[in-house]
Amino acid sequence: MTEANIDGGFRPSGQLQLGVFFQGVNSGTVWKAPESGSQTDFESFRRIAQTAERGLFAAFFLGEGLRLREHLGRPHALDVAGRPDAQTMLAALASVTSHIGLVATQNTTYNDPADLAHRLSTLDLLSGGRAAWNVVTTDNAWTGANFRRGGYLDHADRYIHAEAFVETAKRIWDAWDDGVIAASPSEEAWAKPASIRRARHEGQHYSVDYLPRLPRSAQYRPVLFQAGDSPDGRDFAARQADVIFSAHPKFDDALEFRRDIVARSLKAGRGANDVKIMPASEFILAATPQEAREKKAWVRSLQIGPQQAIAYLEQFWGRELQDYDPDGPLPEIDPVVEETSETRGSGFHGAKARQLADQWRAEANEKGLSIRQFVSSKTSRGDATFNGSYTEVADRLVEYARTGAVDGFNISPWLIPTGLDDIVNHLVPELQERGIYPTEYAGTTLRENLGLATPLRPAAGVADNGVAVGGRHA
Amino acid sequence: MSGTEQRPGRGLLLIELDGDGGHPAAWRKSRTAPVAVLGPARLRDTVLAAESAGFHAATFGDGAVPENGAVPENGAARLNALQRAAFVAPLTRSIALVPEVDTVYTEPFHVSTQLASLDYVSRGRAGWLVRASGSGAEAAAVGREPAGSARRTREAAASIEVGRRLWDTWEDDAVIKDVATGRYLDVDRLHYADFEGPDYSVKGPSIIPRPLQGPLPVLVPAGLLPPEALAGGAADAVLVSAPTPDLLAAELRDTAASLARANPPGTQPALIAELDIVLDARGQSAASRLAELDARAFWESPRARFVGTAAELTELLAGLLTEAAGVRLHPAVVDADLEELAQLVLPELRRRRLLAPATPDATFRELLGLPRPVSRYAAAGTAVVHFPASRAGN
Repeated sequence: MTEANIDGGFRPSGQLQLGVFFQGVNSGTVWKAPESGSQTDFESFRRIAQTAERGLFAAFFLGEGLRLREHLGRPHALDVAGRPDAQTMLAALASVTSHIGLVATQNTTYNDPADLAHRLSTLDLLSGGRAAWNVVTTDNAWTGANFRRGGYLDHADRYIHAEAFVETAKRIWDAWDDGVIAASPSEEAWAKPASIRRARHEGQHYSVDYLPRLPRSAQYRPVLFQAGDSPDGRDFAARQADVIFSAHPKFDDALEFRRDIVARSLKAGRGANDVKIMPASEFILAATPQEAREKKAWVRSLQIGPQQAIAYLEQFWGRELQDYDPDGPLPEIDPVVEETSETRGSGFHGAKARQLADQWRAEANEKGLSIRQFVSSKTSRGDATFNGSYTEVADRLVEYARTGAVDGFNISPWLIPTGLDDIVNHLVPELQERGIYPTEYAGTTLRENLGLATPLRPAAGVADNGVAVGGRHA
Repeated sequence: MSGTEQRPGRGLLLIELDGDGGHPAAWRKSRTAPVAVLGPARLRDTVLAAESAGFHAATFGDGAVPENGAVPENGAARLNALQRAAFVAPLTRSIALVPEVDTVYTEPFHVSTQLASLDYVSRGRAGWLVRASGSGAEAAAVGREPAGSARRTREAAASIEVGRRLWDTWEDDAVIKDVATGRYLDVDRLHYADFEGPDYSVKGPSIIPRPLQGPLPVLVPAGLLPPEALAGGAADAVLVSAPTPDLLAAELRDTAASLARANPPGTQPALIAELDIVLDARGQSAASRLAELDARAFWESPRARFVGTAAELTELLAGLLTEAAGVRLHPAVVDADLEELAQLVLPELRRRRLLAPATPDATFRELLGLPRPVSRYAAAGTAVVHFPASRAGN
């Protein structure tokens, strides 16, 4: 255990956990296969969640996007779109599952802390301590057009805002002392009033003055996930999160990311093992290496069809490219816009379009890639894909467990609702044989199953109802 | 003129299942420990008991947070109502699930999405009980000013309009999964909501396809919305209250008459009478049960209150169901009163053929006798998505 030593007092657990991310939108989910099921029917969600639970998965994730993706000014037609609200769906799944964690991606920019914290507490209590919040931010006015506040937040302020929001939520979750509620109907009062503290916050963008309405759950409070990858995002996670939903599944990157997070955690005054890491990943598996390779080619061909390939380029060219052959070279004409427009799901914020086009043409030319092959290479996030036979992939994962490069993987199934079946039926037993995967749930709460410590209760009078005024927002 | 006279055997019974009961001291008479009201087992048991009793709908109150920092008699601890409804959705098959959702201190876009999602997880059994909070404590929780009555009316009407538009922004067949053309969606069947109100605007489209019911049934307390909103179809049902049971029938008739004047023929919302109830139970008279509860805390309520025997309540309900499409019952103590309702009241009303059948997998709209309309945007026959200049004419 020396060659991949992480230092800083970090101790690998030698175990991996799995989570499932039911994406619900975008091109990763194959909708063109005969076995592709509904993206909205409750039965699809139930099927995936119950299969994951059969495979002892730690967590079931749902994403969130607060405006429908657009393409050249209209809703994007080619990919899976439209999904249920995360917490509403998870509350329903709580009644038909018993151990799996229920993770809701929820936005700090377009929610109110008191409302969001209350709803997450509800999910936590209804699920017996299995709720988690994947904290995300957004800043753009395009999304804000759906909300009362509109586009009020500057890009530079989004983590400052998010952190104040998270701290307010934690204050709300800390507000009830244990044993506040009467143990039996014959007691004098329902609650001991002095043991519930108001949560207050005064900030630049919002203020909160609230008497929290729910006690702690079986896992104290919802687990916090975070996915930011910028230096600010990583520091935010190191200070606030329990688990990072990272973008670094490739072994060397994963190890490097772990070192970085350990260092940032220590700097933030937390322990080297306090922040878990579960990268986003895709698994394309089969009984033999050959079958797995063929399956991957098939999956890719369905994820990025000819129309998607052209549409992908159109996002950056800012014009229609329907006359180009998806199996031919990249367009020789230049983009019509100086800069790409606001993100709208593309993630290429403000890149100079013409420069990007030159660069891509050169890259495609050099590698001899057609439009379709080039777009597939850009969108499939090949690093995140584990492709091979069950045995091969299980062997590869041993190294991750041994070194502690990650604590597990958050798998996006490419098929709904059967996309976890082969993982649960064939990969999980291989991992268990290698001693790197649980053979039963460690407990009934998500915190127990992820091996997270119970948060420390803030000392009375220190963090109870302090009013954080101005400072952070100066 | 009321619709129920033409549709005998269509009476609906709704039951409010918030907390341990309507009475603030209800927790003292519950079967379970006080904390159980904040957990899954009691919620499941209560809703299943209501479904098996034959109630057509359960409502889930989401009342005010305590004012002035005072912790009231029942602690005012409460799980979010919409999530309570979602939690029981997969466990139930016939009972409609109707959470109370505020319109003043919430984001209309979120409210619309959450309710649409509830419709998916309940397979078409969701409804929306509209609330317009005037609570200072709720305003402070989100850093806003308390809303006066004009503002509450405006916000409720706006939020309902946003919800209804967003639910229509995806036509029913917008998801086409057309492999030949590579299109998952037919963009011509998606529409912007483009709501512009005095307080905010909402662009759309929704981030979830059209609910299974199309628009969810919207239940609104009488007097909340302006007549023009009701005339415009904002509410599918109006909840009618009166100070006493004797006055309820007259109030129902007055409300029906004023709706008939304001609304185009055939578009009047259904009327649902509101009734608090305390029944003889557990070998104790209703009056004595109420006295015991009242000794601990006063039950302040704007609704008519029935205190008496199951047989007397059955007569009262039989009468009310000739004036109203349904009655919503607020049991003083859920555990005690629901049992009496299940054993004595609902069976007798069913025997007299006064109740609509509680049909597995029926939608809430079907229960209310409402047709399922096509999207307003489909009816208009025009795509309202905005085309950039370069595509105009395509």
